[in-house]
Amino acid sequence: MLSLQPPPDAAPVLVLAIGNPSRGDDALGPLAAQRLTELDLPGVEVLTDFQLQVEHALDLLGRRLVVFVDAAASGSGPFELRPLEPRADVRHTSHSLSPAAVLDAYLRLTGTAPPSSRLLAIRGYGFELGAPLTAAASANLQGALASLTPYLRGALPPIERQSLPA
Amino acid sequence: MGFALETAADTASLRRVAIDPLSRVEGHGKVTLLLDENDRVAQVRLHIVEFRGFEKFIQGRPYWEVPVMVQRLCGICPVSHHLAAAKAMDMIVGARLTPTAEKVRRLMHYGQILQSHALHFFHLASPDLLFGFDSEVARRNVVALAAEHPDLAKKGVLLRKYGQEVIRVTAGKRVHGTGAIPGGVNKALTAAERDTLREDSYRVIAWAREAVELARRLHESNRALYDSFGAFRSSMLSIVAPDGSLDLYDGSLRARDADGAILVDRGDCNRYWELIFEEVKPWSYMKFPFLRSLGPAEGWYKVGPLARVQNCDRIDTPLADAARRDFLDFGGGAPVHAPLAYHWTRMIEMLFAAELIKDLLHDDDLLGTDLVNQGEHAERGVGIIEAPRGTLIHHYRVDENDQITRANLIVSTTHNNQAMNEAIRQVARTYLDGRKLTEALLNHIEVAIRAFDPCLSCATHALGQMPLAVELVDAAGVTVDRLVKGGEAARC
Repeated sequence: MLSLQPPPDAAPVLVLAIGNPSRGDDALGPLAAQRLTELDLPGVEVLTDFQLQVEHALDLLGRRLVVFVDAAASGSGPFELRPLEPRADVRHTSHSLSPAAVLDAYLRLTGTAPPSSRLLAIRGYGFELGAPLTAAASANLQGALASLTPYLRGALPPIERQSLPA
Repeated sequence: MGFALETAADTASLRRVAIDPLSRVEGHGKVTLLLDENDRVAQVRLHIVEFRGFEKFIQGRPYWEVPVMVQRLCGICPVSHHLAAAKAMDMIVGARLTPTAEKVRRLMHYGQILQSHALHFFHLASPDLLFGFDSEVARRNVVALAAEHPDLAKKGVLLRKYGQEVIRVTAGKRVHGTGAIPGGVNKALTAAERDTLREDSYRVIAWAREAVELARRLHESNRALYDSFGAFRSSMLSIVAPDGSLDLYDGSLRARDADGAILVDRGDCNRYWELIFEEVKPWSYMKFPFLRSLGPAEGWYKVGPLARVQNCDRIDTPLADAARRDFLDFGGGAPVHAPLAYHWTRMIEMLFAAELIKDLLHDDDLLGTDLVNQGEHAERGVGIIEAPRGTLIHHYRVDENDQITRANLIVSTTHNNQAMNEAIRQVARTYLDGRKLTEALLNHIEVAIRAFDPCLSCATHALGQMPLAVELVDAAGVTVDRLVKGGEAARC
């Protein structure tokens, strides 16, 4: 456990979904994780957490592709899948890292480049504690998963930077 | 499996649809410095928006859902909320925990303490302490730490990973665990789980000892700065075990005054409101608790590692107790009030947690099958626990239909509210030069805030980049300067 060696049974693809299930559309990440888990895609491991921390860099060990899934607070499109590169964060609390900073932590901790990584950002609209998922966010989630799932299966053309009509 | 982006000739030229992901930092920090007629800092107001809507969120739910639901309040210490709520529900169901249930919960709690303290010290505080408060912002982060101190960063992340594995095997899941239930737990450990954790526990203790030494060395190497930076005197509050030893899971309330004399001892957690009053101030959503016996002007206090390590009479694990005695010797018989000493005491607690985890992993009760019991039900339940940042109080009422009718939470950041304001005030008085805010001042205010690491995730949800804003207001009430930092510094 106390090592930076990749686990021998690491699935080649990791989906790391972020969000709080009880904060309205912040649940987009956990809901995406739940539905992808139910699909039981071969070679794909699905993890979810409230927020990213430095130790999530260890979850990237031994992966070929990592897809971070997160709710988006702004933007026009219903969702977007974009590439990620390592980049440091500067924060004044211990409370979270960005996906790019997790990749950077991986780079610094292991001395090797992180696996190829994407961020699937799904547009959300309301984030109050106890609020349900909005209908618009639900539709965005459906569209995002409809595109992400075949992408993860490797069966259809990629959806990089495609955006469904609002 | 093919991924077209890897094969795209020029990824930079692809059309970009701008959707910014949410910041997971739920809240923001704002500091207002109020000047007097002589342009001295008269008052500081640290604005942290306390979580609201919790009562509405929880009201009407059956009590047995609460230990799981409250984890949704905080992404940083969900286990602390989980356990505090479970302890309150133990009262509701009239339970006395079985040995297995209590030890599994304690293991879970100390796993949380270990991983939280490791994160704070290695990845939040260390860049400040190792690179200096005035070092460039880009260096003061975990990535820079990993670049210049790779072994330290590696141990920090692996200690955190170990603590999370303790949580996973006790709570059932890595996040959103369900391990603690009203009256007990829903699972014990398997022998394989225990053995795996036990194997690594000795290395965890060794690394925790190194961390204590590092924190001590840093403090001692620049004592003039560490002892004075943001320093203020106050009372201290925590729970302690019935015999006065350090206990972060259960006990009674104890408060000491700024000179170390005991003000309150064996305070009944179930009647905490007889000891503590929460004052409301018009400029802040967050309340200001104080000890009733001293009143609002004198009765405010600090909580967390610095209070706990000095509030207890001893620590029941040998290495951590030796470290505690070293710390007390350093203070020369008087309480240490320096905010930067939080880091040293935080590491003493991390060592305590590591030793306790090892001891628990040698206790066969962890593998027991007697997990839950119940007694006579009650309408009210209080659960108090020492969370990583300080005392956490959960208080609930249920009706005859077993539904929650009222809830009150006092989190550690609320307890430390006045203390944080005082620390920032001292820092501002020292480093504010004239009527102009500087990057250096902001950096130093951040260092003071980081010592307490206020639980912003319990605060309301803020979207986008999280800023720290400092405002300077003169004696006439006019804002004379404002500086905002959120990733990149900007004056506005």
